[in-house]
Amino acid sequence: MINITVNGQHHEVDADPNMPLLWVIRDILGLTGTKYGCGAAQCGACTIHLNGEAVRSCVTKLNRAAGQRIVTIEGLSANNDHPLQLAWNEMNVPQCGYCQSGQIMSGAILLRENSNPSDQDIDDAMSGNICRCGTYQRIRAAIHKAAAMQTEGAKL
Amino acid sequence: METNSISRRNFLRVSGLAGTALCLGFYFPANAKNEELIAASAEGQSGFEFNAWMRIDTDGKVTLTDHRAEMGQGSYQSVPQIIAEELEVDLKDINVIFAIGDPDKYGSQITGGSSTIRGSYKKLLNLSATAREMLISAAANKWGVPASECYAQSGHVIHKPSGKKFNYGELVTDASKLSPPKDVKLKNISEYKLIRKPLNRLDTPMKTNGEAIFGLDKKLPGMLHAAVERSPRLRGKVKSFDDSAALKVPGVKKVFKIQMMVFNTTRDGVVVIANSTWAAMQGRKALRVEWDDSGFEHVNTADIYNAHEELLKKEEGISHKKQGDPDGALAKATRQIDVIYQTPYQSHAAMEPLNCAAYYQPDKIEIWGPIQAPDWVLNDISTKFKMPKDKVVVNMTFLGGGFGRKAFLDYTHEVVAISKEIGAPVQVVWSREDDIKQGPYRAGISYRGQGAIENGEISTLKFKMAGQNIDHWNGPARGKANGSTSEGFLKPYYDSIKNISFADVPYEMPLPNMWWRSVYASTNGFAYESFMNEMAVLAGQDQLDFRRKYLKDERCQRLIDKMEEVSGWKSRQKNQGYGVAITECFETTVGQIVKVSRNAEGKVKIDKVWAVMDCGWYVNPDIIRAQVEGSVVMALGAATIHEITFKNGLVEQNNFYDYLMPRMSDAPPVEVHIMENTADAGGVGEPGLPPFAPALTDAIYDLTGNRIRKLPFNMNAV
Repeated sequence: MINITVNGQHHEVDADPNMPLLWVIRDILGLTGTKYGCGAAQCGACTIHLNGEAVRSCVTKLNRAAGQRIVTIEGLSANNDHPLQLAWNEMNVPQCGYCQSGQIMSGAILLRENSNPSDQDIDDAMSGNICRCGTYQRIRAAIHKAAAMQTEGAKL
Repeated sequence: METNSISRRNFLRVSGLAGTALCLGFYFPANAKNEELIAASAEGQSGFEFNAWMRIDTDGKVTLTDHRAEMGQGSYQSVPQIIAEELEVDLKDINVIFAIGDPDKYGSQITGGSSTIRGSYKKLLNLSATAREMLISAAANKWGVPASECYAQSGHVIHKPSGKKFNYGELVTDASKLSPPKDVKLKNISEYKLIRKPLNRLDTPMKTNGEAIFGLDKKLPGMLHAAVERSPRLRGKVKSFDDSAALKVPGVKKVFKIQMMVFNTTRDGVVVIANSTWAAMQGRKALRVEWDDSGFEHVNTADIYNAHEELLKKEEGISHKKQGDPDGALAKATRQIDVIYQTPYQSHAAMEPLNCAAYYQPDKIEIWGPIQAPDWVLNDISTKFKMPKDKVVVNMTFLGGGFGRKAFLDYTHEVVAISKEIGAPVQVVWSREDDIKQGPYRAGISYRGQGAIENGEISTLKFKMAGQNIDHWNGPARGKANGSTSEGFLKPYYDSIKNISFADVPYEMPLPNMWWRSVYASTNGFAYESFMNEMAVLAGQDQLDFRRKYLKDERCQRLIDKMEEVSGWKSRQKNQGYGVAITECFETTVGQIVKVSRNAEGKVKIDKVWAVMDCGWYVNPDIIRAQVEGSVVMALGAATIHEITFKNGLVEQNNFYDYLMPRMSDAPPVEVHIMENTADAGGVGEPGLPPFAPALTDAIYDLTGNRIRKLPFNMNAV
């Protein structure tokens, strides 16, 4: 049994300690918002937060998360209202949508660390996330928008 | 929250038609030429099979069906946006569901050829207006007033003089007893409240919080998981396998050999069944399989292109189209060019790897997955498993990208065969490596372009293509020209250029290949539009003016004017790195202008892409812009970043670390303009792709004087 906390909920997981968190989260905990894209930390579709850092869950083993705190897309906000989620909706970022959980989870760490990212900052932070539909232009614009919303929210 | 309540309901299928409701749809009688509009009450549906394309319940709930797949292109938004317009309901009040595969009810459901809107919008408008008129008649009858005094708005019928109103739910029982009116009046474009508006997509909220259910997310009670070891070399057969280590992996339950059928061929695999995806993948790794994979060692990329070139030099090919006397004109010509263009094999590499869930029972087969053509799957599974069609249910989930790959019938057959073997519901997940290495691929095609300029005018265009034909899977393509040899080439050229010919030089090769976003236009467009740019240079003329001279059609003229205006074409300086291409794809014309420059390190970078699309009648301008923006990124990858190559019959690429993808920093700014006109609707999801590569290479020529004729090329090396 390995103890992990996912989106604030405590779980005792009975699984191979080498099982990547991706499959623990999807197949055992039933949270399917985190996606399988490559299994090799190349595409970012499986990005989650482990103790507040973005990690690729397809290559992060269950035992590394023992006793740790995980946040998935389902737990990013209570009402789909993280500034990034609001900006994504306002700017119609997703097409197929498959990579977008990972894009948003990567973007959330960027925004936490850098409240006003430049285009170059966005390129650097988001370079690990592939979007085959090619929504990059909108992702970039939506991150800028979310940053503005966050700053405005902080002023209120 | 409204958005959440909509998204939760999305996956509730209307399982039965219990209770009274007004349902409208089209009935496609077998062998009939025209579909027949039918309406029926749910209680009185004797004799008619009807689809619930739209269904209004007595409680006023409106359910609209998306009969096509949603793979990012926006059918989930644009189909309801059309229906809601003429039905006079608010988009926020409707529930959208995916249709099951049923061509008798919906007609063609293949989500390909950019056909969802252009293939059905007139029908959907008519259907919705008919339902609205029936609801108005029912209200007028109840009030005893003329229908002309009543109108519909936001799910209500209102009596204008008195202000009395009924909501649709109160009218469906009466309306469902009426006969549909014959000719209903449709709105003019100027009257649209929803169509042509950039409304936010209904599927966005659920794609930002993890709620959207893709194929991979489908869970069935008691579902097992499967991974399949596949031949590393093309079409290898399983000679033997050792599953002793695999069966020791915790969670692995069973291992057996399977044959997947793909049209007229079969593919061997060894299946590992387990209680989780991970355990199945681990079991697969522990397998020892001996393959008989002889007979394909000769397949090498370099040899393929050498063979193309030989064929293009020696063979005249099979004539596809011909006007005038191109050979006679070439023989007389003094100023001519004769060049070869090459385009690579490409993987679709959708972000959601192939997967599918199925449950085979002796009297019923049900499938759930990311499926582009549920009607094809229905027919295929029914035939191959000898199960009557009414006992086969094909459910579409959201697709994490498709690009043509998920209209193939291999993975759907495989999962049903596996479920049949184990007698349990099962989900098969392909690894990214399977997805990249197994194909099918966009075929690599080579082209020879010959042309001549006389007195500053094009006297001749002669094109030949050599490469695999998509029809390959349905049998050898010998003896018949590829019907798509001239795809992408603008039709008005035929009116202004006297001597033109297209020929296909068939090239047989056992590589699995199939359509890839924008199909042949994606490769033809590169060759034919690059060639037009080379002809413009030979004639000493501006590329845009050159096209204006030959594309005399009014829509083309306006498109060219727009390209010139938005890109600041006239104020550009010579050799500043501007390139042009215009292609036609699925009844839509797209022109692109690409601007490149050298950055501080001397590397060529793309500064801007201007795209002008003429798709005629359209639904949602923001979805169109998004499709073109994305098409440019996909085209950029195929032109400059990745290709599938073969060595001794093995695919050399594996995953995103060697089949590289455009990333955030690669994506150029794209500005999209839509031409306003009332012509019939053309496609949207694919036509933005073909003009990009020839416009980019033309821009590089303008900047550097280096004409690129082989894709992909390295942007860092030009």
